[in-house]
Amino acid sequence: MGLQEYLSALITGAGIGSMYGLTALGYYITYAISRTVNFAQGASLMLGAVLTFSLVQTFHWPVWLAVPVMLFACGLWGWTVERLAVQPFVKRGSDAWLMATVALGLILENVVLFTFGKDPRGMSSPLLQVGITLGSLRVSALQLLIPVVGFGIAICLALLMRFTHLGKSLLAIALNIQAARLMGINTGRYIAFAFAISGVFAGIAGVLIAPLYTVSAGMGTIFGIKAFAAAILGGIDSAAGVMAGGVLLGVIEAILVTTLGSTYAQMFSFGLTIVVLAFKPVGLFGRSGVKKI
Amino acid sequence: MKSTTKINAFLFSALMLFGTGVAQGQDIKIGLVAALTGQSAQSGESITRGLTIALDEINAKGGVLGKKLVLVKRDDESSPPKGVTAARELISSEKVTALFGGIDTPVSLAIVPIANQNKTPFIGVWAAGTNITKNGATPNYVFRVSAQDDLVDVALIKYAMTKYNAKKPGLVLVNNPWGESNEKGLKAAATAANLTLAGVEKLEQSDVDVTPQLGRLKAAGADAIILVANAAPGAQMMKSRERMGWMVPVVSHWGISGGRFDELVGPTAGDVHFVQTYSFFSKPTAASQKVMEELGKRYGVKSPSEVIAPVGTANAYDAMHLLARAIEKAKSTEGDAVRQALEQLDGYSGLIKDYKAPFATPAHEALSPEDYIMVRYEGGKIVPVQ
Repeated sequence: MGLQEYLSALITGAGIGSMYGLTALGYYITYAISRTVNFAQGASLMLGAVLTFSLVQTFHWPVWLAVPVMLFACGLWGWTVERLAVQPFVKRGSDAWLMATVALGLILENVVLFTFGKDPRGMSSPLLQVGITLGSLRVSALQLLIPVVGFGIAICLALLMRFTHLGKSLLAIALNIQAARLMGINTGRYIAFAFAISGVFAGIAGVLIAPLYTVSAGMGTIFGIKAFAAAILGGIDSAAGVMAGGVLLGVIEAILVTTLGSTYAQMFSFGLTIVVLAFKPVGLFGRSGVKKI
Repeated sequence: MKSTTKINAFLFSALMLFGTGVAQGQDIKIGLVAALTGQSAQSGESITRGLTIALDEINAKGGVLGKKLVLVKRDDESSPPKGVTAARELISSEKVTALFGGIDTPVSLAIVPIANQNKTPFIGVWAAGTNITKNGATPNYVFRVSAQDDLVDVALIKYAMTKYNAKKPGLVLVNNPWGESNEKGLKAAATAANLTLAGVEKLEQSDVDVTPQLGRLKAAGADAIILVANAAPGAQMMKSRERMGWMVPVVSHWGISGGRFDELVGPTAGDVHFVQTYSFFSKPTAASQKVMEELGKRYGVKSPSEVIAPVGTANAYDAMHLLARAIEKAKSTEGDAVRQALEQLDGYSGLIKDYKAPFATPAHEALSPEDYIMVRYEGGKIVPVQ
């Protein structure tokens, strides 16, 4: 394969990797604060795409109205997941939230199957029509927007954590939940808020990914899995690391396919994730914490 | 006494009310296991339409062996385990005389051993996997009124060579048993035609970006793409092709026509030329006029371009008539008798063609490459390539 093919793989890999990263930010935000994640993140992404498709294409709502409504609904969904599937278990010191979030995701997928239908649909976007040409590859504005939004959110999150009262409260909870509670921080409310934000991130990812993919009840599954791999690879406790992990996973996949062909690509990309973790268990960009006993 | 009569009258009217959809003891049940929902839902709908129109025609003429034919449908959701469960249930509980299959080769391949073990004729009306009919069983209870991969593969290679003057086509195949079946067939067809392939690339059902695979084929000098995939993954390949700005000709097997391929792909959907066994644009015959009229009456189809997934309807229509003739000839609904009758059927003037002897032993294919035509999407409709 020539340089041209590798350049092309790099660009498309970074594009698809930013989709993983963007989805993975949802894992980061809840993990950073509560050490729990919404494993139904893929389903939340699907909810964002399906809602936007239904509101815009079926009910002919204007996009400026449909997207905020969708984001609100996704936030509400994230909040619901925390209240129903995470908080009750964490309270009792159980790890069953892990399966409970997966279960809620499956329930959501099935509800969508019966209401939206099982037929994958195609969503058009004006952002697909405009774009730039890099080498022999045309990159649409939408593909460029995904990493911009992803890294933008990552930077905003980092700033929010460092410089705002809200961010400091969240960090305090992450550091020591008991101490935070004693300091008068309403920890329960903040954790639910983090889950709502994670739902909103999934909604943003969903609406951006949908025109490049197909809209269906099962569309989120692969992104949920790949995004989690990206989060682990990059280090789940760093927003920028999660985004970088996503981009890296996407690029690795594209380069593997370009070099070795498509038959074994899936196997190799996940295999590589395991190898990285064996050498660097906290992820490539994660910091190992010190637990004082 | 009086109350018994009343109850009988009530039961009779209730039966009459539901009679159209519910099988009665003396009816002959025919099963269908197909994708009625999911990404290939249109295929299931079109097969149902073809079977129902043929079945009603047969019943209007007094049915078969003096009994009414009744269709019992089950959804396999394109999943082999669900297809197997449905086939078993239809054979053991519903006691169907024969089974029809749907679009998915993996599902049909999973049903084949069940049909052979239970001596239930299984007629494929869409899935083209070569091993479905060539399954090694004797006697073989599996028949097909549809295309066969090996023969389609020869036709696709031939078309790429003649239409696009292709000298080095590249293959993009879905990573499942259907893709594998075609990989063998396409490689053999290319060798027979003295053609070198630029490469073989696989496509996952969930692939978002196919640019790396296409990049490899492009670098290897591919001058045409031969695509074997269903609508959704096929659409992802077409979108990647468009993004690369690589306007390479695409010749495709027909899996893409089982879903909303045109909607999923967008403007470049029409670039794909793909194979079909029948087009409602063909010269009208008595049979085609009759079917079009029924499609219009029942489903509001006004013109040939409005027929969804046309091969499903056409293949299923002919297959149901052939089965009815076989049951009549066998003078029995017993599986082995029907199988033998199918193998010895006489000529029948159908929708797709005038069948001479549709099936024989061991030839269980009613259609041949001469019956294939090439089509494309145009404004959301499937039309023949000019």
